[in-house]
This record gives sequence, structure tokens and C-alpha cells, in this order.
Amino acid sequence: MRTAISPLVMRQPRSVRDALRMLRDDGPLTPMAGCTDLYVGLNFGTLGDRRFLDIWGLDELRGIEVRGDVLRLGALTTYAEIIRSADVRRRLPMLAAASREIGAVQIQNRGTIGGNIANGSPAGDALPVLAAADALVELRGIEWTRRVPFTDFYTGYRASVRRPDELITAVEFPRVAGRQWFRKVGTRAAQSISKVVMAAVRADRPRIAFGSVAPTVVRVRRTEDALAAGASVEEAQRVLQEEISPIDDIRSTVAYRREVAARLLAQFWSVTR
Amino acid sequence: MSRAVGRNVVRKDGAAKASGRARYVDDLTRPGLLYARTIRSSIPCGEITRLRLAFDASGFTVVDARDIPGRNVVSLITDDQPCLADRQIRHMAEPILLLAHEDRERLLGAAVEVDYLPATPVLDAERSDRVFKHVAITKGDVDEGFRRADRVIEGEYRTGHQEHLYIEPNGMLAVPENGGVTVWGSLQCPYYVHRALAVLLGLPDDKVRVVQAETGGGFGGKEEYPSMIAGHACLLALKSGRPVKLVYDRVEDMLATTKRHPAIVRHRTGVARDGRLTAMDIDVLMDGGAYCTLSPVVLSRGCLHATGPYRCDHVRVGGRVVMTNTPPNGAFRGFGAPQTLFAIDVHMDRIAEALGMDPARLRELNALRPGDTTATGQVLGRDAAALDVLRAAVARGDYRRKRRAYRGTNRGIGLSLFFHGAGFTGSGEVKLQSKASLELTATGVRVLVASTEIGQGQRTAHAQIVADALGLPYDAVEVAVADTSQVPDSGPTVASRTTMVVGGLLKQGAAEMRTMLGHLTPAAYLRAHGPLVVTKQYEPPPGLVWDDETYRGSAYGSYGWACDVIEVERDPVTEEIRPIRVTTAQEIGKAIFPLGARGQIEGGTAQGLGYALTEEVVMRGGAMANAQLTNYIVPTTLDTPPMDVVLVEKPYAHGPYGAKGVGEMPFDGVAPAVVNAIRSLGIDLRQIPATPERVMAAPRIRDSRLRQAADRPASARQAGFGIRKR
Repeated sequence: MRTAISPLVMRQPRSVRDALRMLRDDGPLTPMAGCTDLYVGLNFGTLGDRRFLDIWGLDELRGIEVRGDVLRLGALTTYAEIIRSADVRRRLPMLAAASREIGAVQIQNRGTIGGNIANGSPAGDALPVLAAADALVELRGIEWTRRVPFTDFYTGYRASVRRPDELITAVEFPRVAGRQWFRKVGTRAAQSISKVVMAAVRADRPRIAFGSVAPTVVRVRRTEDALAAGASVEEAQRVLQEEISPIDDIRSTVAYRREVAARLLAQFWSVTR
Repeated sequence: MSRAVGRNVVRKDGAAKASGRARYVDDLTRPGLLYARTIRSSIPCGEITRLRLAFDASGFTVVDARDIPGRNVVSLITDDQPCLADRQIRHMAEPILLLAHEDRERLLGAAVEVDYLPATPVLDAERSDRVFKHVAITKGDVDEGFRRADRVIEGEYRTGHQEHLYIEPNGMLAVPENGGVTVWGSLQCPYYVHRALAVLLGLPDDKVRVVQAETGGGFGGKEEYPSMIAGHACLLALKSGRPVKLVYDRVEDMLATTKRHPAIVRHRTGVARDGRLTAMDIDVLMDGGAYCTLSPVVLSRGCLHATGPYRCDHVRVGGRVVMTNTPPNGAFRGFGAPQTLFAIDVHMDRIAEALGMDPARLRELNALRPGDTTATGQVLGRDAAALDVLRAAVARGDYRRKRRAYRGTNRGIGLSLFFHGAGFTGSGEVKLQSKASLELTATGVRVLVASTEIGQGQRTAHAQIVADALGLPYDAVEVAVADTSQVPDSGPTVASRTTMVVGGLLKQGAAEMRTMLGHLTPAAYLRAHGPLVVTKQYEPPPGLVWDDETYRGSAYGSYGWACDVIEVERDPVTEEIRPIRVTTAQEIGKAIFPLGARGQIEGGTAQGLGYALTEEVVMRGGAMANAQLTNYIVPTTLDTPPMDVVLVEKPYAHGPYGAKGVGEMPFDGVAPAVVNAIRSLGIDLRQIPATPERVMAAPRIRDSRLRQAADRPASARQAGFGIRKR
């Protein structure tokens, strides 16, 4: 059943600084922006959080820019903006590809890259791209800014190194050398949640990440090592099986996720040859 | 004057819906309105031991079973389902308590604590010993049929639950008035609700008024369940003395309301070497859920369609529908037939495989023809069109060439041949005694029927029939709102009967009115003779005889016939099956409103693709675990392939302008055609939905096995078979 709204608290900051002050002085507050997942929980009655910080209006957190070798996306950059961006399409085509497969047009207009990171779903479609691209997550507190490698960001299922008084303000991508590849295995052609999702870069040392096969999105470094060392795809598939730990849930099965992850690896390896 | 029948006239409900003026139940309000909420069980089986309101109850109206003035039942077939659980709980999300408040937020925030003494639920139909209904159909001597067989082919086929997913969730507005109550609601069957309310509230018929609000789809899901919701809204309205609105959100609608019956169908079939069917032994098991609801009739229709549109002299069909501790299953487009038609038509492809025959040829050989008798002994008339639709779809879909061309690729093509009996089963129409009226107005005529517009085009088709029969322009015909204080009981809007049966009554009434009018215009007639209302009541066509005890006779007045040819593409990495083209030929007697008929066929086919491929109701502990649009995977537009629809018309002598039913049949044949297309890829799947997980896990048919399949030599035949425990 739908959650009653009136007992909930929502704060509306006017600036990032204002937001950070509220997080510090009036926390805990859950930042909310596009709300594309939050409203699902609200309607299903499973939303645990009761106090929110509405950052949707903070335009300082919008925008895509290239600073030398770094592609920087403000946390509130929507998927629609990512899809439209020539810089993203040129430098990070796998992120554009992932964004096109998120939800459908309505979700792409509201959903944000920062929200995808903060929500921390293992099925987050953009997250394997961030892992494979060695992205950095920019976190700001009232008196500090720090950058955390995306691959170190999560500490467990929907748990991260973000402190309750910090806001995700941007994500930065170094230049990615090599051929990029992305594939989402969903449940239908649109409005689907991943059963398995993979992003990868074919370089001397391949970089490979999966979603929906473990409590968090994962970089499969031993599989990468095996391929870099010249192992066969079959050998790499065996290593991969040890690195992932999918579960049975209402969307798919362990057996299916394991097999499809292995097949995606082989497909990536053969089409980027 | 151009005729209306057979033309694509402007829909009667079109402008209001397209412009947003149409008013659905959630658009309605009244001064002093209370909002309502249903407190439901959180166990599948057991007893309530204690119930406590853990909130400030000021301003709340609270109703439990003790507040029911009449009988605590949702009156339908057996009256076994309580409107509010008193002590016993038989399924998850069973209604226990009702709350109403003028502030929705207070309502949503109210917590009710319920303690239970849980009991062990029965969640597996195969393990249930509580049977709601048995059906047995016998024709000839099935043992003799097996003696004549060269081969015996066996198989078991399984289908799952399905959610209706009408675009508008269920809802009712109840208003206490005139010493009784009036409800406006999203519903298919105003008189079902009317009867259920009179029984529940202990009110005389004239103190209960039921009005259909504009309704956003039904598919059978608003056949029986609205009686429950209307009861809840009325109990709160009568106790509070205020108008009460009870509208479900999507999650509640998916969790609590009815689904399609899951089924397990077992076939054992004797075939001669040349492909003729010599014996069909069919066992049908359906899961009815916790209460009887409409399960006996669903089972009945399932069994009556279990042989498919095939001729066989020796048939035995045994069916039963059993109780499980899951929310009751109910009416859903096709009403039992999709489950059994799935089984027989996948089985037919396996027979073809075993004989090394072309599946289309096997069907051509065995298809029912005019003059043939069905399993119940009904002799088919000249409108039996199985061969016509088969040949049309096979040619138009280029089935034979593509089947050869696709061999060894990831493309597959499959076929299904099917039929659907229109109208109520057996003697149902006679018992209904449906009535339809026409009232002369100054500018034309008003149609007075209890049939409901649920998006299928009822108002339009009825107006077309009346316009032509009366010799008036289509625009001179208005269609009254289905309001039990204004319209006679035309029976429920179900069973593909609205055009054929109710439309037939309207045509008779219009013809009679035309004679009475003579050369007078409606206005001149009213001036000369005063008001004129003509009412017609159903009479069975001559020769239509049915025996409920023996299941012999004419099961339906007429059958529609259809053939689907469906092409799919398999993704070799993900095992996803994507439908890429549908060709369907459907014989419906006469298309009164051709655009509407095509819409029904395309929509029914799309819904069938969901049933076949993606729509899995995940049941955990007796409840739907994926009761969200996010996780219950209904196809989107992007998942729906191009469809080539061929309308075939072989007029039914007793239908208006030859019309038969069209609402349900398009759904029936999709799943078997899809699974047969998957089969043509060498994948032996016998269960739907054909999710990628199931396709991946399914056994592969090796070429050497293609010619022998999983059959056994006739010498090893058994006398019959019962239900095996898994």
C-alpha cells in the first residue's frame, strides 16, 4: 500500500552549500532528485526513509563539461542530457548506450547519474559503465571535497562510503582508451530492469564490469587478468563464475544469470576482437 | 442512406475519451466524501485471534463482518466467499476490515494490528483434495480409439497465472440515498453487482442502484470482483451515512483481485499412421484459488475447448478445478479456453513431429468441418470455418516456405488452429433470460441495455445494428448509460456475447419498432401514439439443446474459428524470444464495426504475446511477489510486432447480420503458436510463459529425435491415466 506522505519531511535547499548545511545540522536526510526509484518504493509502501532533501532545483549540479582529459558530469545530469551530449557520445559511447536503455523516455528525462550512484542498486544500468571506465565520484561535505574511485565506492548491498553529511556532486571520467562495449539483458524492450548488465573496454588490459550478479556492481579483475594474460575465453568464463555471486529473485535465476554473464563475456570478446 | 453495419463509423465513446471529458470513477466526487481503505490478511491460511486499531480513530468509520446487515457473502455461484473475513483466513490479502476517513493521509497512516493462528496452506493445486467442480465429457469409446491407433503420443502442458492489467484499476463510489444505496463503478456487469449488494445489504432490489462509470478496460477482471468492492464501499457508506469512494492502487489491484487460472493439461492421443486422430484422452487440472467464484464455468469452457478444433470419434475429457490458499482466480478473456487450447495445439505439433508430418497438413487432415460432430455431439453448421482460416493464414503467412527457409537459423515459425464458442456455455443463455430495450426519442431511438462499454466498442456496435435494423441514421441512435434503474438486465458483458446475443435482441427489437413506426418519423409517432418502448427477451435458436448432467448437446450457439502464424527470433546469447511477425486469420461471422474487430484482434494478440512470453506472476507464500508494473512484465509497444489481420466472414444464421463473438478468440491461439515457433528452433518447451530462463533450461530436440519425439509405441498403451503426483 502507498506510503502516507504527510508524516514525511522534505527540506528544500537553495544552494549546494545550503544543502550541505542541512545534511550536517538537520540530518539524517535522504537526498532526492529524479525520484524514479524512490517513487516506486513510495507507491509499493516499502520506502524506509522518512526525511528527504530535495536537490532537484540545484542547477550548480547540472551540466556536462570536458576539462582536459576529464569528462565531468554534474550529479543531476539526466540520461536524456547524456544521450544528447556529443562529448559523451564521442568519449564514452558506452555511457550513451546505457542511458538509452534506462527505463524509457520519461525515466530518462527525470533520472540522474548521481541518483543512479546514490541509489546503489546492483541493477543500476549506468553503474557497470562507471566501473569499467574507472570513474571517480566527487563527494562534497560542508568543508571538503573528495574524489573516490567508483570501484571503491560501494561497501555492500546499497551501502557506500558516502557519509550522511556528504552529497554526490559529480562523476568524472578519465579518457578511456580501447573499444567500449555495453549490453543490458532486461526483461522487455523498454521499461525493464536488468537481469544481467555488462560494460567493458577492450584494451591491452581489458576492463570488465557487471551488474545484477552480485550485491553491488562488480569489476571482475581476475577475469580481466586472465584475458590480459592470453587465457582462452572458456578459461576466462570459468574465472568469471568464481567472481560473481548472483541470486534467485523475482526477475531471474542464478543459473540464468551465470550462463548469460558467461555468454556476454564471450560475445564482448568476439565482437571487439 | 448508407448503412452503418460493416462501416468504420465514429465511435460513440471516442470523442469523450480522446478529449478527456470521459469521467472514470476516480474523477467522481460528492460533498462530504469519505475515502476508503481495505485492511487485508497477511497470511494465506489460518484464523484471526485478535485485531486492534493502533491509531486515533476519531473521524474514522470502521466496518467489520459484524456490520453486515444481510448475508456475509459475495453472491455468485456457490456463495462461499465472505465479503469480509470473519475469523477464517483462506488467502493472502483477504479483506478483513474497512476504514473510511475524509482525509486520505490519515487513512493511509492508520495502522491495524492483526494476530493470527496460522495453519498450513495448500499452495499446490496437484496436492489439493478440495474440488470445486468436476467435468466429464465422453464421445465414442476411447479404448476402442486407442486400439485403432498406430501411435500414442503423450504430453503434459502447463500455463501460469496472468494479471489482467486493465489500464484503470478497480474502484467504486457508493452514495446512500432514497433509503438505499447507489454505486457508480468501474465494472462489466451491473446486474451481478446489483444482486450481490441486495444479498449483502439485505435490501430490496429497488433500493439498490448500480451505474457503470466510464470503465478503463476489464478483460474479465471486472466481471465478478467489482461485487466485492461495491459491497465494501456500500457497507462504509451505509454505516457513515456519507458518500464513500474506494479506489485501488495498482499494487493492491494486482495483489488482491483475480487472475487467470493456472492449469496443467495432460494429453494422451492415439493417431493412425496417416495422421488421423483415433483417440483423445485429456485431463485438465485448474487452480481455482481460495474460493469458488466462477471456477466451475471456467473449467467447463476449458474442457469444452480441450480437443481444439479437431475431429475425433473417441474422446474422453476429465477436468477438475481445486481449492488452493491463493487469491481466487476468476474470469479472464478466453475463460479457461486459452489454457486447454495451448495444450492441444502444442501437442499437435508434437504429433506432427512424431509422424514426420507437416504441422499444417496434420491440422488440415483433422480440422472440424461442416457436418462434423464435436466432443459433446454438436453437429457443426456451414459456418464451421477451420479449414478456411487455416488455409488463409498458412498462405498469407508463407508458413511452409518460411519453415523450410528458417531451418538451422535463429528464426522460427509456428502455427496454431483454434476456435472459440461465443455466448454463455451450454444452457447459460437460456437461464440468463437476457433482455434488451429500445426507447423511441423525438430524434431517433435510445438503446437501453445493461451491456457495458469497456473499450471494446459495445456502444458503437449496438448503435450500428439498431440504426440499420430501424432504418435510421447511425447518429440518430443514442446508447444509455448502463444504470440498473434505467436499463433491463441484458446479462453480463462477458463471454463474447455482447454483439452476438444482446446485439441480436436489439436487432429483433428494432425490426419490430420499424414495423410499428410504419412511415412515421419518431417525432410524428410520439405525437400520434405517445411513448414507445420495445423489449426483447432471449429465446434459444431452434435445435439448440444442451444437457448439463451429461455434457451432451450444443455447447455453444456458434463458434468463431482462427489460425495464427507467428514468427519469432531467438537471441543466442540471452535466449530471449522476440516475436517478429504475426499473421492471423479470424472468422467472426460478420464484422459489425471492422475497425473495432481488428482492434480486438490486435489487442487480444498482444495480450496473448505477454501470456506466452513474459507475463509471469511470481507467487511466494501464496501472494504475488511481483505485484508492480516494474516487475510484472507486460509487453510494451516496442515488444509488439507487426500484425497482419485477415477477417473471414461466414455468417451465423442466428447472429445479428451474421455476427459471432470476437472479444476473446484472438487471445486463444497466440501462446501455442509462439511455443510451436520456439519448437521449430529445436527447443522442447511445454510451459508458458516462455521466459528466457525457461527457454535456456528446456531440453533441446536433436534432429534424430525429431521423428520420434517423446512418444511411446501403441503396444505400451494404458487404459487411461490419472493425475500423477510430481
